[in-house]
Amino acid sequence: MLTRRDMMLATLAGSTALAAGWSSARAQAIDTLQIFVPAAPGGGWDQTGRTIEAVLKANKQINTAQVTNVPGAGGAVGLPQFVNQWKGRQNSLMVAGMVMVGALIANKSPVNLSQVTPIARLTGEFEVIVVPGTSPHKDMKSLVEQLKKDPGSVSWAGGSAGGTDHILVGMIAQSQGVDPKKVAYVAFAGGGPAQAALLGNQVTCGVSGWGEFSEQVKAGKLKALAISADKRVAGVDVPTLKEQGIDVELFNWRGVFAPPGIADTDRAKLTKLIEDMAASKAWQDELAKRDWMGILQTGKAYEDYIKSENIRIEAILKGLGLA
Amino acid sequence: MDTLSQLANGFAVALTPMNLAFSFLGVLLGTAIGVLPGLGPALTIALLLPITFKVDATGAFILFAGIYYGAMYGGSTTSILLNTPGESATIVTALEGNKMARRGRGGAALATAAIGSFVAGTIGTLGLTFVAPIVVDFALRFGPAEYFSLMILAFVTVSAVLGNSAIRGLAALFFGIWLGLIGVDLQTGQARFTFGILELLDGINVIVVAVGLFAVGETLYLAARHRYGKDEILPVKDSLWMTREDWGRSWKAWLRGSAMGFPIGALPAGGAEVPTFLSYYLEKKLSKKPEEFGHGAIEGVAGPEAANNASAAGVLVPMLTLGLPTSATAAIMLSAFQSYGINPGPQLLMTQSNLVWGLIASLYIGNVMLLVLNLPLVGLWVRILAIPAPLLYGGILVFATIGTYGISQSPIDLILLYILGGIGFLMRKYDFPTAPVIIGMILGPLAEQEFRRAMTISQGDVTVLVTRPLSLTLLVLAAIALVGPYLYRRLNARR
Repeated sequence: MLTRRDMMLATLAGSTALAAGWSSARAQAIDTLQIFVPAAPGGGWDQTGRTIEAVLKANKQINTAQVTNVPGAGGAVGLPQFVNQWKGRQNSLMVAGMVMVGALIANKSPVNLSQVTPIARLTGEFEVIVVPGTSPHKDMKSLVEQLKKDPGSVSWAGGSAGGTDHILVGMIAQSQGVDPKKVAYVAFAGGGPAQAALLGNQVTCGVSGWGEFSEQVKAGKLKALAISADKRVAGVDVPTLKEQGIDVELFNWRGVFAPPGIADTDRAKLTKLIEDMAASKAWQDELAKRDWMGILQTGKAYEDYIKSENIRIEAILKGLGLA
Repeated sequence: MDTLSQLANGFAVALTPMNLAFSFLGVLLGTAIGVLPGLGPALTIALLLPITFKVDATGAFILFAGIYYGAMYGGSTTSILLNTPGESATIVTALEGNKMARRGRGGAALATAAIGSFVAGTIGTLGLTFVAPIVVDFALRFGPAEYFSLMILAFVTVSAVLGNSAIRGLAALFFGIWLGLIGVDLQTGQARFTFGILELLDGINVIVVAVGLFAVGETLYLAARHRYGKDEILPVKDSLWMTREDWGRSWKAWLRGSAMGFPIGALPAGGAEVPTFLSYYLEKKLSKKPEEFGHGAIEGVAGPEAANNASAAGVLVPMLTLGLPTSATAAIMLSAFQSYGINPGPQLLMTQSNLVWGLIASLYIGNVMLLVLNLPLVGLWVRILAIPAPLLYGGILVFATIGTYGISQSPIDLILLYILGGIGFLMRKYDFPTAPVIIGMILGPLAEQEFRRAMTISQGDVTVLVTRPLSLTLLVLAAIALVGPYLYRRLNARR
């Protein structure tokens, strides 16, 4: 329903934009922006896409935007569509992130992110390791000691296998010389049940994005042992993993990509659009409200970053026995 | 007393004209999407999230809560009339409800569903108002071992829908379990039975299976027999409304369904389907006319419908007391909180007391609105059954197809729908019951995942299932439910 109508609208919008390009002045660079979200409405990527839409509209950088959702398998269902059917389309952006890199590798997807045009990395969320409020563990040191002594006795609650949470657990184990395959990782569908398991003292510790656990930590129901950021974060009174002798850092990043085969001028136009948006007050307000960290990166640096993430995540998933 | 004054405060918030309008809009929209298979409350609220940029928080949440409650009402309508469940929680309603409709008792089935939903929704909301903290403490004691034992208990309910042949029924059950296994395994990330089809990685939507087997399969079967001149559908027989006997058989089922739905809904991994299965089983066992089950027993509609509405209130318990999103809809509502810069957590009740109590008060109001909205519609709805059979069957197929396409706009789902419809047709023709497929598909993967979680945590020690008191209690209940009726009959026969 959405997709076909969107395609018709896209062609329509494409031709009007072309006509407008000649006649009117370049005050408005883009009339209709197409946003492709390879996930169901309501999730992190969808919220990113819809926030981009709202901010660009508020800033009058675009007139209107169309959001298309193609959910499934961490983006592995949507990406082939974006690569094949959206090829060469102007004024189109796909929202994606670290989760997709992992999902593509784990599902042995025939397409990958090197086939699309990187525009910008926008936000990042660091992860936090928590224990129930009554846990005997006070810091990472004691948790890691137990992990080294008996890996199976430390149960970790987190999201689905191969996702960001699991990857972080694998990195921590690897850095301590523990075989990641021996780690007792308990995957939950969604943050609610995982938090319930922690609050009910059913598991040793839990891993998730900071936003997921922050309120429980503030209320004292859960204790935060470490965050996966590279350095301390303002307003978050939790030490980093690195501070505690564990040389691991991880951001669950989200960014935008254009379809393959677009002209360099179109790429530059989209990059400018996103850079301007990221600098605007409206965007900064949204970041603060949603607890997202602005980690803007564009151009060649972003392209290289995607490549290095691919290599890094593939190695970790191999260690976990998932790739 | 403190609760009461806060509730009064909440009513003051909810009764402003603007918020009343939002509540009405919500329940209306919710009823409509509940009627449509596929388009569930989670997706609808997600699509409405952008309004959080425009509308104030209280209004938005009253709207969302109205949609959520409304969908639970609306879902039963199509289950009863067209054998096409709109939501997974109303699948059980179709079992007896559609049989009633075919016998000309559609009005009574819709009425008991609507009134039962009102009773259960109100009981559930009362529970949410007064006992939420106690229920949450209890719910958190459920770990993977307890959930596994709960699923075992729920599996016993299959015996109520096995039909004449246990072998056929169990074959259907295992077919359902297999359908449930399709997709990426949560614990290992490995794809199972996906045959390289990317769209299958996230598994098959249970609504596609229910609509395929019930609506498409049943319609094909009836259409195939139509030429032999056997038209079974009666629009209205006797009175349109519930008789005195209907009331007598319904009210206890409403209360029992509510008592089961609310606490299980409040469990972080309880869900809305499990209590409907349990309620159906219980009503069949307790009924004075168990022989009517499978042919349109009113308790079989009243109980499960009450259970699913009470569970909807239960789901809000962990969300509003702890900030835990335990269903897809609750998760979307929590992300709406974030759009307002509100971080839902254990302090939500304290920091956003106006919002939360306004929301709870709106649930009471929304429930009344839903009853007022739905009861007069009963007379209108049952006229659908007066449509000549060929047109009705064609209409059901179109409706099922559109609804399924609405879930994901994926052609794969449509292909699946018709494959399953074909299977449903064959199952019906060769006398295989279809309900066990659904039960297997919902419970199988839940039981499997919880068992593996329990084993990971206990490092492979199976005894956790019996050394944890709650888990043991549930297993004992399952054993009683399984062999109890048999022993009881033996003892009675000997006397």
